[in-house]
Amino acid sequence: MSQSRDNSLPTSHFTRALIYTALLIFAVYYLLPLFVMLTNSLKTLDEIRAGNMLALPRSITIEPWLKAWDSAQIGVDPSGLKPYFMNSVLMVIPAVLISTMLGAINGYILTKWNFRGAGVMFGLMLFSCFIPFQIVLIPMARVLGLIGLAGTTSGLVLVHVVYGIGFTTLFFRNYYNAFPDELVRAALLDGAGFFRIFWRILLPSSGPIIVVTIIWQFTNIWNDFLFGASFADFDSQPITVALNNLVSSSTGVKEYNVHFAGAILAALPTLIVYIVSGRYFVRGLMAGSVKG
Amino acid sequence: MISSSSSRLLDKIRAWLPALVLSPSFAAILLFVYGFIIFTGYLSLTDSRLLPSFDFVGLINYQKLLGLRHWNTALKNLAIFGGLYISICVILGLLLAILLDQKIRVEGILRPIYLYPMALSFIVTGTAWKWFLDPGFGLEHTMQTWGFLDFQFRWIKDRNMAIYTIVIAAVWQSSGFVMAMFLAGLRGIDTEIMKAAQIDGAGNFQLYRRIVLPQLRPAFLSAFVVLTHLAIKTYDLVVAMTNGGPGRATEVPATFMYSYTFTRSQMGIGSGSAVIMLAMIASIMVPYLYAELRQGGKT
Repeated sequence: MSQSRDNSLPTSHFTRALIYTALLIFAVYYLLPLFVMLTNSLKTLDEIRAGNMLALPRSITIEPWLKAWDSAQIGVDPSGLKPYFMNSVLMVIPAVLISTMLGAINGYILTKWNFRGAGVMFGLMLFSCFIPFQIVLIPMARVLGLIGLAGTTSGLVLVHVVYGIGFTTLFFRNYYNAFPDELVRAALLDGAGFFRIFWRILLPSSGPIIVVTIIWQFTNIWNDFLFGASFADFDSQPITVALNNLVSSSTGVKEYNVHFAGAILAALPTLIVYIVSGRYFVRGLMAGSVKG
Repeated sequence: MISSSSSRLLDKIRAWLPALVLSPSFAAILLFVYGFIIFTGYLSLTDSRLLPSFDFVGLINYQKLLGLRHWNTALKNLAIFGGLYISICVILGLLLAILLDQKIRVEGILRPIYLYPMALSFIVTGTAWKWFLDPGFGLEHTMQTWGFLDFQFRWIKDRNMAIYTIVIAAVWQSSGFVMAMFLAGLRGIDTEIMKAAQIDGAGNFQLYRRIVLPQLRPAFLSAFVVLTHLAIKTYDLVVAMTNGGPGRATEVPATFMYSYTFTRSQMGIGSGSAVIMLAMIASIMVPYLYAELRQGGKT
């Protein structure tokens, strides 16, 4: 984005007040569901029934949070979301690291070591980012069974790495495209090899794109539901699947407060990442849609 | 020092090294993406039910699919959902971007607020909106406690209206993202052209219609492509909000594929529906990516 710019229209005070009002109303619209979740997660069920969802809690209770975390009924176990949160952590860390490393080295090869067929290879990898995953569910389930990874966290890691490579490669390829070839050529003349150039010359200046890629992968994999629902067992389910079980279980009373606390727990890691480094998150979004 | 023959070998390895290092990733993509597409494509031509079978039956599954009420509901819902989701997101995103582009002092605070839903899982979004629109807890209940006793809002329980509640939640989730795309486009417009047009006496509305919108064409295209592909893939949100109900009134292709393949043991038909989803996405993604790649190659 360029700095010295001004597309704003000459406007009266009245119009500006109108613009601000509109923008504020939209802000309320986007914040409202989060507000409802947060306030109602701090109310007792009695207070929720008696009052309305927009009222602030009269007396704050953290009981729903504790219950969502470690005693709510999920499936057959009153385990709370805790074990599933851990499953997600154990799944997301290796999957993000491996797919990011592969993307970095792939991007490096595709931009600095052009060989015949590289364009086609990249095209095929790129398209893989956008396929509807329904098309791979059946064979993937079989392959995971064949290699003994059905229903395991390792199986989910494999799945997320495979279907993440396309995006990570795209990110690094576009980033390294702008990296001067002269530096690579000079290093070659100095006798630096394939790995050394990557390690010593490209990687040290890859900070921003590494952050963008990690955030993108983290958000996508943490938020995944389809693969978790399709390939995980009860003891390897990620938190999104567990949350859905918690909220949609039809037995007994609907504990809205526990559901909201659980939903915020499930959203917390990606929300924190977003708050801490929203700028990089947006860059990832843009890189995933508008290239070049 | 290395002997000359082994150094020649080393040279060879060196020449092949890049391709060698790339090959595991590429092989994985070939197998897990394209191999699997072929496999699922073949299954759609077989009589697979609970388990994959390799008995070829031709296009029978597709014929059956066309006659299935659930599939037709799914397609109809996709058309309603996709049409509204895409157009509302684009309109809302564009409006927000234009408003935010008027030198708003608190832009740095507002922008992240518009965009944070994109960081949430659809299951979280679904949970929030499911209860927000639930007559017993959400909007209806709240309005009634405020004294509007006749107020009714039970779309989410209504077979004919439930699909629109999915639109509401999906727009909430993605419109900020579209706003960001348009904002990036707006920031790329040459301010000189704008100034010149203003001097020529173009009104505000004229200015946007004649000068700004045409220059946003790439952003429109990207937004359209991204939203269309998201719409076709929509799955989690439906599962979380309505689980395809009431009845099967909010069935979409993705939920159809899942239930026919894994719950109803009609794997042949399920595969066929997956192939159709892929074909829909490919028909917009392939030309788009092709154009983008060619453009990228030129510059």
